[in-house]
Amino acid sequence: MIAAAWQIARKDLRQELRSKESLNAALSLTVVLLILFSFAFDPAAEDSKQWSGGLLWLVYSFAGALIVNRSFARELMNDCLEALRASPVPSSALFLGKAVACFLILMGVELTALPAFCIFYDVSLLGAPWTFIATLALTTWAVTVLGTMFSALTVNLHMRELMLPVLVYPMLIPPLVAAIELTRGVITGEPASEIWFRLLIGFDIIFTALAVALAEVVLTD
Amino acid sequence: MREKLLYGLGLAAILYLVRNLYVIFLVLPDELAQGAIYRVFYFHLPGYFTAALCYLLAGIFSAMYLITRKWKWDSLAAAITEVGLPFAAMNLITGMIWGRIIWGIWWTWDPRLTSALISALIYAGYLMLRQAIPDPTERAKNSAVMAIFAFASVIFTYKSNEWFRTQHPGPVLSIRTGGGTIDPQMEWMLAHNLFALLLLAGLLLAIRWRQEERQREIESLRREALSFS
Repeated sequence: MIAAAWQIARKDLRQELRSKESLNAALSLTVVLLILFSFAFDPAAEDSKQWSGGLLWLVYSFAGALIVNRSFARELMNDCLEALRASPVPSSALFLGKAVACFLILMGVELTALPAFCIFYDVSLLGAPWTFIATLALTTWAVTVLGTMFSALTVNLHMRELMLPVLVYPMLIPPLVAAIELTRGVITGEPASEIWFRLLIGFDIIFTALAVALAEVVLTD
Repeated sequence: MREKLLYGLGLAAILYLVRNLYVIFLVLPDELAQGAIYRVFYFHLPGYFTAALCYLLAGIFSAMYLITRKWKWDSLAAAITEVGLPFAAMNLITGMIWGRIIWGIWWTWDPRLTSALISALIYAGYLMLRQAIPDPTERAKNSAVMAIFAFASVIFTYKSNEWFRTQHPGPVLSIRTGGGTIDPQMEWMLAHNLFALLLLAGLLLAIRWRQEERQREIESLRREALSFS
């Protein structure tokens, strides 16, 4: 199953790297949002270290919605989704592969946009780099595993671009709150409670297990 | 027969609620510290319990649909989610009225308030997803999956409030505190109103369920008619 999932992930990544359709859109969206937010919240303000972490995660979650939206919608053209369903790849591997591809794409976008954030908002994450990287990886996985699941659920809808964020964002609030708290701890230098890591890890494990278990139901008719 | 049962249930729920309102407003005294406003609590907490029970049952009914693939469970899950949301609204609105009087503000970003609002939003999303899928089989399947995710997410949002600093009053019921924080007469009244609201929820569920089943019947008849023509 791991091998099959990796095949799917490689296919998605190759497709994305060749077309760059969601990569470019997500990257420019993050930069545009970072600039827009600088008008709403003054980056030179005294308390900017308190809220800039939250802003970063808002920007990342918008980029995430853009990327996971394409995950299954990409397969609609030429009935590729039917072909994938008919292939000997188990549904759970198909789902996991797509989630891993989304995860790597989103991580790429996030890491590329990170210097821009640090420069625009005069923020240093070097105080506790490993805490930040762990937060980044765990939260990005939470966003992509839930996002990819709902991408599969809404793939046949006319309004999927609208429905996906409406359904996914409320559910993503616990991991995003945890990520915001942890990132604030890294930026201000006052470490956040480790309970947020436990929340993130618990969320990731439970939702990955649920998604893998239900992938069969969602992806077969 | 079923019709008469529904009317009887409705009458019982109305009489019960009227009786409770009478006791709440005219028999029970004001609370020592809060005065008259504490009375919204008789709807606040039972409303929350009823909504939470509806969320839980929606998850169970959805899982039952995925296991058995019987339409009954899908209709029940849709009906109970719709019934649960007004009770969640009752909980939020009475809470806001209480907050305005006691805290001086309508809304505060306290984790318990936030998580109650988020849960309502998630289940509103569930109903929107149902509306958006035209094919009945796909609708039943996908919304059942969504309901299971929604319930897992509601537990997370609820749990995260315990870890967050909260300004919401702590538990008062004697099963949580071991007694002493609430007058037995008041606690008894809470139980009464909880039963009244559950009765009302049961009635609404029965009505909505029947509507769902009939709508499904009409849809299948329409498809049959179209296949002949």
